[in-house]
Amino acid sequence: MKPPPFEYYAPTTVEEAVAHLAEHGYDAKPLAGGQSLIPMMNFRLAQPAILVDLNNIAELSFIRPEDDGGLSIGAMTRHQMVEKDAQVVERAPLINETMPKIATSQIRSRGTFGGSLAHADPSAELVAVSVALDGNFKVVGPQGERWVPANEFFLGLFTSVLEPEELLVEINLPPFPERTGWSLMEIARRPHDFCLIGVVAVLTLDEKDQCQQAKLVYLSAGDGPVEAHQAAELLKGQALTAEAIQAAAETAASADIDPSSDIHATAEFRRHLANVLARRALGEALERAISNTQ
Amino acid sequence: MSDLFDVAITVNGILYEREVEPRLLLSDFLRHDLGLTGTHVGCEHGVCGACTILFDGDPVRSCLMFAVQAQGHEVLTVEGLGAIDDLHPIQEAFWEAHGLQCGFCTPGFLTTLVPFLEENPDPSEEEIRDAISGNLCRCTGYKHIVDAVKLAAEKMRA
Ligand SMILES: Cc1cc2nc3c(=O)[nH]c(=O)nc-3n(C[C@H](O)[C@H](O)[C@H](O)COP(=O)(O)OP(=O)(O)OC[C@H]3O[C@@H](n4cnc5c(N)ncnc54)[C@H](O)[C@@H]3O)c2cc1C
Ligand code: FES
Ligand code: FES
Repeated sequence: MKPPPFEYYAPTTVEEAVAHLAEHGYDAKPLAGGQSLIPMMNFRLAQPAILVDLNNIAELSFIRPEDDGGLSIGAMTRHQMVEKDAQVVERAPLINETMPKIATSQIRSRGTFGGSLAHADPSAELVAVSVALDGNFKVVGPQGERWVPANEFFLGLFTSVLEPEELLVEINLPPFPERTGWSLMEIARRPHDFCLIGVVAVLTLDEKDQCQQAKLVYLSAGDGPVEAHQAAELLKGQALTAEAIQAAAETAASADIDPSSDIHATAEFRRHLANVLARRALGEALERAISNTQ
Repeated sequence: MSDLFDVAITVNGILYEREVEPRLLLSDFLRHDLGLTGTHVGCEHGVCGACTILFDGDPVRSCLMFAVQAQGHEVLTVEGLGAIDDLHPIQEAFWEAHGLQCGFCTPGFLTTLVPFLEENPDPSEEEIRDAISGNLCRCTGYKHIVDAVKLAAEKMRA
């Protein structure tokens, strides 16, 4: 099918874009890579009266190392650019490992880092990863800018704290602490498809190689990114033995998440996968944390 | 109808100047406005890969872009790859290795493979399968297509 008619604006600055959004409110939508919005428009699931195209706003496309060791990424930076960037490899290895798992090369050439987050799809890898990495989102609206931590940004299915007249402009990733390891594990029917379920693990060890901090964030396990708080609590202060990891994975799969059934998988099967994946992801994160201390 | 926009888009080395409605998909612009029907349309939601073109050298879904967004950019479609009597090595390889049957999916495979083989002159089978995982073929089966990509890589290295 084809999208219904709409008015089209292609501003070249954030200020202009926000002004268009402020003028039109709920009738307008920003257009980033279009890799989620245009399919919805082609099927007429979305029928915005006004599109504000962000693709000519050069100031939104950048990857900038910060003095504190962190990294900032502009909202319109394409997946493909993040995937190939050497600073991302060095400062945000989990992001580097995530990028090739997002769709296929022909989608990553257009899709954007910020679009993926603003879309707030609970199956999107970057949504869970940004929560696991304690990302911070810079949002600009007619009243100015505000910063929103990743774990407060996502409100539910395709819903974030963004108001219709606001733009997500930048994502800041804090420096990776020392003695930290990470892992992203997912199961998809075909590589690069949205996954049936997936999990991101980030572990930080103390001087005694015990768990100082653990994060386990699921994707495709609920209406948004789902943090397995109870499992993480079990690990804190513990030696990360195979038994401790097993217990945490079981808690995560049985108590922390509430997956649903659909034509792709039953809730029960998703819980089974959630357990296996958490065990593997925590194992890999631990190995990497140990090798990062040497 | 909404306002028309003037666009100047280079397609296969030729500059085309047209007026477009913002909602016109790039795939439909190529097929209907320019008559370049080599770019095929299968699903219009980014899944099948038949509409893949090169946009400033990168493979993109032409069904997930508006023509107005291509203003000032360069597009390469399957028509720009080679001519009947002067095929691109990837086209030759698909022909020789039986990499197509009906050919509906083929333009998308070919355009996807141009940058892939330029960046990866000697890909493993696994890398090839990964590279074509965004292109669906409903009749040839992927075995011959993978063989064709291997042959294409050989030809391009020679
Ligand atoms: C076949 C296919 C497979 C895919 N597989 C995956 C996958 O496995 N994993 C995955 O994570 N994604 C996948 N995607 C989605 C892809 O990553 C998209 O690029 C991404 O979800 C949306 O980014 P975009 O830049 O294309 O945004 P758009 O489609 O342009 O926008 C999406 C939504 O966000 C809003 N928006 C965009 N940018 C901003 C901004 N800066 N500020 C405020 N609002 C904004 C838009 O108004 C719109 O509502 C797939 C897409 C396709 C077509
Ligand atoms: S028609 Fe564009 S991907 Fe199928
Ligand atoms: S050759 Fe017929 S769909 Fe691929």
